[in-house]
Amino acid sequence: MWVLLLLPFVGLLWVPFYNFMEPELFGFPFFYWYQLAWVPITSLLIWLVYRSRTPDDETP
Amino acid sequence: MSANIDWVALSVFVFFFALVTVMGFFAARWKAGPVNEHLDEWGLGGRQFGVWITWFLVGGDFYTAYTVIAVPALVYAVGAYGFFALPYTIVVYPFVFAVMPLLWKVAHAKGHVTAADVVQGTYNSRGLELAVAVTGIVATMPYIALQLIGMGVVIQAIGITGELPIVAAFVILALYTYSSGLRAPALIAFVKDIMIYIVVLVAVVVVPAKLGGYGAVFAAAGDAFAAKGGATGLILKPSQMLAYATLALGSALAAFMYPHTLTGIFASKSADTIRKNAVLLPAYTLLLGLIALLGYMAHAAHIKVASNNDVVPALFQALFPSWFAGFAFSAIAIGALVPAAVMSIGAANLFTRNIWKSYINPDISHAGEASVAKVASLVVKLGALAFTIFLPTQYALDLQLLGGLWILQTFPALVFGLFTRWFRSEGLLLGWAAGILWGTWTAWSNGLKPLATLSLGDTSYVFYVGLGALILNVVVAVIATAIVSMVSPRSPATAST
Repeated sequence: MWVLLLLPFVGLLWVPFYNFMEPELFGFPFFYWYQLAWVPITSLLIWLVYRSRTPDDETP
Repeated sequence: MSANIDWVALSVFVFFFALVTVMGFFAARWKAGPVNEHLDEWGLGGRQFGVWITWFLVGGDFYTAYTVIAVPALVYAVGAYGFFALPYTIVVYPFVFAVMPLLWKVAHAKGHVTAADVVQGTYNSRGLELAVAVTGIVATMPYIALQLIGMGVVIQAIGITGELPIVAAFVILALYTYSSGLRAPALIAFVKDIMIYIVVLVAVVVVPAKLGGYGAVFAAAGDAFAAKGGATGLILKPSQMLAYATLALGSALAAFMYPHTLTGIFASKSADTIRKNAVLLPAYTLLLGLIALLGYMAHAAHIKVASNNDVVPALFQALFPSWFAGFAFSAIAIGALVPAAVMSIGAANLFTRNIWKSYINPDISHAGEASVAKVASLVVKLGALAFTIFLPTQYALDLQLLGGLWILQTFPALVFGLFTRWFRSEGLLLGWAAGILWGTWTAWSNGLKPLATLSLGDTSYVFYVGLGALILNVVVAVIATAIVSMVSPRSPATAST
């Protein structure tokens, strides 16, 4: 599951993959809505990893 | 200039500033602990902040007021390239999720307050501890100065000139930070973040509606860049792509090495608090992406400014009534207070724990640590204030840029020890020095640009100096550690600590 945490790095740091104007969404060129879309996706991926791990013993 | 004072905006501004001032002094009693008796209380708010307080606090001091001014300014000036702040503040969270809970556990178990404490605890090396502490303090000072500059931009937009308002705002900030410690910015962060959310959500709905929708906003910006030429545009030039990616990655790795962000981490209640925040903090990144678009909206609104930093205030003044512009400006000014306070606390903690305690008074009591830190926070803030008043703004910008490069060189010393005990302090110290020297020299000789060029045959690669310096740092640390390990193998007694 931890490998999911690498996806945002791959998706965002390989710039030639998304450096385009088309297709547009709600007037946003691809470059912009693609990167903005990674925000909720990253949250979701981290949450999935959080869910899958065994909670550690935390006595405050 | 004083004839141009916007009285409505000024009244709104003064009201909110007075509100947070009262909150700042009141904060000492919030979740009360003995603020003067232990550095954990003054410097880390009692190590008790749960998910929501940490969310507001880290959100408030990571996404600074200067961000709200500078990111749209850069996007306004160059377009797509300025957007690197977005991938930067996305990829930082998988990193925070994987690494920061481990760091918190070490700090919590051993009572560490600063990054340099952790390094000293792991490697038992005064030299490495000092390197990390000094890097943290030096990198933070210009960052505080930038918050002041951000505040100055909005105060000027209201029509008030001169240094007096900034000095006054800063004295107030210094006083309540002195008396309340980390509790003050934590409490004020609630107000600041909610105000910024309101401002940005209103702006991203109302402004495009006034300007003909997002399609028109992007089209206007595209036309402006086509007319301007050069390395600008709505998407990146091929030569900019590597720079964009390395700036994003390097900045993300550096972000949580700073004393102010680490203070937020160490102040949280549990490792799980930090994990949940890694899931929730990206909400601010969405906000940042929308804030960045204000730079394009300024093109659509035909805003022309003398200094790019005036883009956001000029846009709000052109499109909103005075009272809302005043509300937005107070949000930005208060947005400067929160990070400035946390930064000065983080730097003060470093000074107290890793310079004063390590070199001047090793037998200092807990109450003594708290009082040294309180005075140090005043000195740090006065230094930043003097910096803004007596030196050109450009110095603060240049130094903040170098600061990012420097703080990134503490990464191996702080993070590698959480995963492996293989590295030796001598190797890490040598790597740190190599990274700092090469990075500073390269940035300096490029006219303080954060980018370096590497030519291989016919193709040249332009990349972020900080990340290049980090790679050099790690290579040197590995080689030096291998040599040290051969020359003097670790005795079993020291290996276990």
